[in-house]
Amino acid sequence: MKGMTLIVKKTTQLMAGIVFMYGIYVIVHGHLTPGGGFAGGVIIAGSLILVTLAFGSDFLKLVKEEAGTTLIESFATLMFILIAVSGFFFGTRIFFNNFLPKGVVGHLISAGVLPLYNIFVGTEVAASIFIIFLSLIIFKEESAQ
Amino acid sequence: MNQLVPLFVVIPLAGAFLIMILGRFFSELNKYLASAILLILAVFSIYSLVTTGENPALYKTGGWEPVNKIPIGIYMVMDGFTVIVLCIINIVGFLSVFYSISYIKRYTAENYYYSLFCLMVAGMNGVVLSGDLFNIFVFLEISVISAYALVAFGVEKNELEASFKYQVLGGIASFLILFGIGFIYWKTKTLNIADIRHVFSTGYNRTYYLFVEILILTGFGLKAAIIPFHAWLPDAHSSAPSPISAMLSGVLIKAAGIYVIIRLFFNMFIITENMAVLITTLGTLSMVIGVFLAIGQWDIKRLLAYHSISQMGYVVMSAGIGMILISRGIKPEIASLAVAGGIFHLVNHAVFKGLLFLNAGAIEYTIGTRDLREMGGLAKSMPATHATSFVASMSISGIPPFNGFFSKLIIIIAAVLAKFYLLAALAVIVSIITLASFLKFQRYAFFNNSDNNKNLNIKEVPFPMIFSMVVLSILCVFLSLLAIPAVRDVFLTPAINILTDTLKYSTSILGK
Repeated sequence: MKGMTLIVKKTTQLMAGIVFMYGIYVIVHGHLTPGGGFAGGVIIAGSLILVTLAFGSDFLKLVKEEAGTTLIESFATLMFILIAVSGFFFGTRIFFNNFLPKGVVGHLISAGVLPLYNIFVGTEVAASIFIIFLSLIIFKEESAQ
Repeated sequence: MNQLVPLFVVIPLAGAFLIMILGRFFSELNKYLASAILLILAVFSIYSLVTTGENPALYKTGGWEPVNKIPIGIYMVMDGFTVIVLCIINIVGFLSVFYSISYIKRYTAENYYYSLFCLMVAGMNGVVLSGDLFNIFVFLEISVISAYALVAFGVEKNELEASFKYQVLGGIASFLILFGIGFIYWKTKTLNIADIRHVFSTGYNRTYYLFVEILILTGFGLKAAIIPFHAWLPDAHSSAPSPISAMLSGVLIKAAGIYVIIRLFFNMFIITENMAVLITTLGTLSMVIGVFLAIGQWDIKRLLAYHSISQMGYVVMSAGIGMILISRGIKPEIASLAVAGGIFHLVNHAVFKGLLFLNAGAIEYTIGTRDLREMGGLAKSMPATHATSFVASMSISGIPPFNGFFSKLIIIIAAVLAKFYLLAALAVIVSIITLASFLKFQRYAFFNNSDNNKNLNIKEVPFPMIFSMVVLSILCVFLSLLAIPAVRDVFLTPAINILTDTLKYSTSILGK
């Protein structure tokens, strides 16, 4: 896949980092403001897709990237399950138990395990949406070859 | 015991993603990991079957206690009926995945196969265990989306077409189900099945809920392939790899379709005679039309797929007879008998249809075709496959002493006692036609033109495949024991009681 013109590349360089940071912001404030893991994950995936589209990438590199992203996605889901199961071992021994201290309402570090869930949901969503995008490009490149 | 109920969902779900990670680094690990996961689940489900008695085990996810006796968290419920279906899912699942160790070698991307398999099992366990409507929908989607991918696993033209058809009809079904759930939530302000039943007992608007019942019946009927909604089943079940066909036909249509229909119509909706008659009619239609569609088929797996429709018709019909009797409020013991026959046949069908699909897979594995006309004389070269498929064929046709005979007998007796003579006669006739079509299968696959030189140097399939087939055929014989009253009281009666005593489910969960 070929990249785009210099203007697009430069604008993307300026924008992509900000979009990525905004995604992280939405994820970590998931328990305080509207949004959360899913919305933030989609924004992060958007920044990754932006960079891939603007700069282009050759076929082999895309396949490699897809493999790595699949690994991250599986890992994030496993971590989510691990946090859910750790409710078994702490506190009242119940699956999905919120075993961490709840903190003060409105603080960034509060609400127990919810921010952790949000972070891993965000990673998972970002990875899986990026995988869908990569698979579509790989399919197109394969049929073009 | 109560504490460990979510493990039925957690273990396969975590296993699916663990396979994706570890399978990338150790290429041989995936099959053993998947087998180990399913073996643990199978042992665990048998343990649950033995320990769960009359009272449902309740699990409140996240520890959310009810407020003013109104449940607010997600409930997982394990009662007599649930554990029976759990046993079917996990035991047939284990045998299918063990069979896959040899069978799936010729496909690429084994990691994805085992991972999707575990996801499908997680989804089905979730559907069966879930105590609220929306989670039934979520887990249903997990299991059927994995099934769409697994049906298309061969990525040939046929497989993709079948998978696409399955996706379109499955999508319509999911839409109807969600629509129905929305209507229920709108009126009752709750999603918990037991709580919905409690709200229904205080006031039940029959015309409004008739529409909802039709939506739910259509949606889950599509998943269960009851006859007007069966178009996807023959394609999907015959195109999938054989262990997956065994899972789809043996387990998925029951866990995602029949189980939910029976659970919701007995324990959630207030049974009305109109709905009961409708369900019985649909069951009878599937039973009769399914077998007539089956007998002309020459593709083994298509033949077996059409028989799944027909055999599921028996289950739906007997559950419907039970519903009619309950709605009229007469002869409760005959209603119990009808429901018992239905559940017994559900278990039996999982075993023998799973076995038949594994047999079909073994034949396809060795001679590379599914067309009956190109086979013949396999009895000598494949003795294990021949013996086990004979057991399964006799079992599905209702020949004593195999399990299918007893469940069909109970269904027919219940129909006669309830004075539905036509249904009883149809059940007998369908059973005879089933026998005819399986004699055709036996003759063309194993006996015909045995002097055919082409098939002389055929070898029996490898050990994992034989092991799964032999275990299932032993189960075919041993499940007949469930017909003995003493054994039935231990395993089947809790399931029958929770269904026929329609208020018991909600009162024992809500405690009011």
